[in-house]
Amino acid sequence: MSAPAWAGGVDLPLYGGGGERETTTAFPQKGKMILQRTRPPLLETPWETFDKGVFTPNDQFYVRWHWAGIPESVDVDTFRLKVHGNVERELSLSLSELVRKLPRVELAAVNQCSGNSRGLFNPRAPGAEWGNGAMGNAQWTGFRLKDLLDLAGVKAGSIQARFAGLETPVIDGGPHFKKSLAIDHARDGDVMVAYAMNGEPLPFLNGFPLRLIVPGWYATYWMKMLSDIEVLDTPDENFWTKKAYLIPDTPGANIKPGEKDVKMVPINRMVPRSFFTNVAAVANVKASAPNALRGIAFGGDCGVARVETSVDGGHSWHTAELGSDEGKYGFRRWNANIAPIDAGTRLSVMVRCVNANGEVQPDKPNWNPSGFMRNVIETVDLVAA
Amino acid sequence: MQRFASIFGVFCAVTILGATAQAKDSFDFKSESFDLPAGERTFTGPGADPVNNNCLTCHSAGMVTVQPHLSKATWEGIVKKMINVYKAPVPEADVTPIVDYLSKGPSASK
Repeated sequence: MSAPAWAGGVDLPLYGGGGERETTTAFPQKGKMILQRTRPPLLETPWETFDKGVFTPNDQFYVRWHWAGIPESVDVDTFRLKVHGNVERELSLSLSELVRKLPRVELAAVNQCSGNSRGLFNPRAPGAEWGNGAMGNAQWTGFRLKDLLDLAGVKAGSIQARFAGLETPVIDGGPHFKKSLAIDHARDGDVMVAYAMNGEPLPFLNGFPLRLIVPGWYATYWMKMLSDIEVLDTPDENFWTKKAYLIPDTPGANIKPGEKDVKMVPINRMVPRSFFTNVAAVANVKASAPNALRGIAFGGDCGVARVETSVDGGHSWHTAELGSDEGKYGFRRWNANIAPIDAGTRLSVMVRCVNANGEVQPDKPNWNPSGFMRNVIETVDLVAA
Repeated sequence: MQRFASIFGVFCAVTILGATAQAKDSFDFKSESFDLPAGERTFTGPGADPVNNNCLTCHSAGMVTVQPHLSKATWEGIVKKMINVYKAPVPEADVTPIVDYLSKGPSASK
């Protein structure tokens, strides 16, 4: 098979073009990344990284910040995580206290930007013009948020937990980046606070020293440099929770361009996706030879039940072989053998994920004005010579 | 599988599958200090001054130049959001010139 088109440079397959991007190695603890924005950093994971394994290396894990007020250093001796608000006991714990007091847990989970693949929307939506690489899967190590909240003693009448990190606005009066989860979600035993990512301290730009992990939910909730947890007994009215990251309250967050008076709700659970990782969107293949295709899939807010491929435009689907299960919230490898095709012919191959809840990727792309939650079935064209 | 080797190296026999508790009481944190690239590029072409004077306070130019073609109304909405939501202190007199510049297709220095 031919080398993928990205080998010689980065031209993301955005709708209508305009996907040319520089790559950069100028960011701390990061290898080659696709530069979407320098300040505050938006760095996309190069696509070939996803073909190497189901865990995304820390030095190529994508990066997304809201405000440029990113501290340039973190002192691990004086850093404190505070828990306050509607609790029995306010807490202010050092990193060593957190590690010592709270049982250690591990979990593989995909972190995906709400706007991953925004650049493929038609019509295009303003924002970070990502290809498909604003996602990654890591093995997270830390403690359960529930255990921390139990230490503080959540009082009756609490409805949300609000999270903030060390990131600050660069404009006086600008809204601090904060996000909230329903208190029952925060205490579900899956939501955790990580101090390690793939066995190492988190990279600075991925949230060192602590990051909130919200398995199965979009990354906007995964607060980086987490330093403050406030238990609320009234609804969070802050901009980032109430007015930002809203999706249409419709199946697949899908509306028609220009549609008005749509009820909007905060983005929440992820939806299933699957990708080809060893062939580009249009790939030259050898005629009359087997085509071994592979990729990654994830179920969204649950595991992968199966991955299927189709070579007849979605009329019939064939179950692909799945790689080992490293955890229901993580990436899953898939492999499929596509029968040889004749010289001079072209074959479209589709891939879709069916998750453990029975949810299937849609065959038509969704659309919403913010470019959120794309998960349409992916297609590649094999061209035989 | 190198990654797995390092996970095991740091945590010993922690089960990889699922969220399993492990009685461990230390982790090696090191204080970190970094410089981040500032983004030196500036907007170019006729009418770029008010854009350089206002927009670069919060973000580098690249975010703007990679946007798809957007209508004037959309750019106006974006500029107003920067002012009203993110509190960008843009002088009233600069608003229309900024929107005009952006709707014509922004460009930046290399």
